[in-house]
Amino acid sequence: MKTLFAFFLPAGRIGVATIGIVVFGMNVFGGARALGQEEGAAAPKHKRSTYAALAEAPQKAKERKNPFAGDTQAVAAGGKLFEQHCAGCHGEKAGGSTQGPSLLREEVQQATPGTLFWTLTNGVVRRGMPVWSKLPEPERWQIVTFLHSLNSRSLNSQSPNSQPVKPILH
Amino acid sequence: MRIISQRIPRKLPSLAVIFIALISFLFCCRSSMAQESPYIVTYDHYLEEPGSLEVEYFSTFGTQRGGNDFDAFWTEFEYGATAWWTTEVYLAGQTTFNDSTIFTGFRWENRFRLLQREHLVNPVLYIEYENTNAADKILKEVEGHDVESDYAASNAVLRQEHDHELEMKLLLSSTFKGWNVAVNPIVTKNLLPSEPWEFAYAIGASRPLALKASPNRCNFCRENFIAGVEMYGGLGDAQSAGLHDTSHYLAPVVAWNLPSDWTVRLSSGFGLNDNSHRLLLRWGLSREFSGFGEMVGRWFGGRP
Repeated sequence: MKTLFAFFLPAGRIGVATIGIVVFGMNVFGGARALGQEEGAAAPKHKRSTYAALAEAPQKAKERKNPFAGDTQAVAAGGKLFEQHCAGCHGEKAGGSTQGPSLLREEVQQATPGTLFWTLTNGVVRRGMPVWSKLPEPERWQIVTFLHSLNSRSLNSQSPNSQPVKPILH
Repeated sequence: MRIISQRIPRKLPSLAVIFIALISFLFCCRSSMAQESPYIVTYDHYLEEPGSLEVEYFSTFGTQRGGNDFDAFWTEFEYGATAWWTTEVYLAGQTTFNDSTIFTGFRWENRFRLLQREHLVNPVLYIEYENTNAADKILKEVEGHDVESDYAASNAVLRQEHDHELEMKLLLSSTFKGWNVAVNPIVTKNLLPSEPWEFAYAIGASRPLALKASPNRCNFCRENFIAGVEMYGGLGDAQSAGLHDTSHYLAPVVAWNLPSDWTVRLSSGFGLNDNSHRLLLRWGLSREFSGFGEMVGRWFGGRP
């Protein structure tokens, strides 16, 4: 019983000190100002070659259809996933930052869903974008759906039966 | 014999200063939700996002036949240097019940992604330097002929033996339809010339409870949970390879990735033979901060 009790308590004084300070620091200061969140006009312009990775997608991958095309629930879910996983580099409004390019540019908005899915899956490792295959495939398609919703004309043109989607950016 | 834990209070102020300094680095960083795997021993091929710092605390409670049960704990500072290189520092200690609490050493780990794109099997090279003493009980890996009885002696005795080791792993990992399968062959070399190469393994499989995200922010959505199982153990050494006099564990694992940017991991490891600890209960708490590298770069006059 004594040992079990000790297990549920942080072990030792070093452990107590570590947990206490880390938890305090993270809770109080964790939500502070983001770095690299320079969007819109203030965001640094990334070279056109930054987007060249989109052209590297194999033809078969480019032609893949988005199973969530036109799904407003998927746009909302994709927006949540974007905020959680992508906004840190690409900006909260996808307008880019010092760490990642804008996703509002025509190179991205005019790319096929399959191209964006392939890029998300494989990353652009040499340019600093990690692979995101750790997100399950449906979640990656949800993010693609969200990205295309940023230009609703683009989304509508790919899915004639879909309803117009309003971007959910804040 | 002097009880080592009596020295701890005098060390605490300096430890506190170190940790406060480290936390101050995080003031300007943005938290970011990570999709962390549930593994505690096994590694998949996913590296830390570039410029992000992940701070993790882990604890392992272990039963000990012929000695006192223990609770080993470690803190990890994991940094994504690039999209293909992650570097990490561990600080470890342990409490052996009815004995003492001691610092047991540090590790410096590096992981290198070998291929730029995703493949059916993705290799990552893992190289680690360990500077620990024999009282280290975090059991982050079980190597060679490591067996339960090695840990039965008192801390005062165990801490006399210092180990400088080089550890290399090939992290092979594949993700398909939500399932991740990871296999890690391990070789370890104590830097003393007389010590042989040791062999070990870790394998794991895991899957999120849901593959599609819900549209709303939620704590208890199924997609926030990843469950799996891992198995790890020793494979002998260069002089005596094989399964004899080795220990092995099977551990169900679960990770809970919270929208508030925290990840909680739980694992209950069961010894598979008489050489193994009967039970290893582990838990971990972590949080990831993006933008850390850029902030440090600015402090030192780097271009934003």
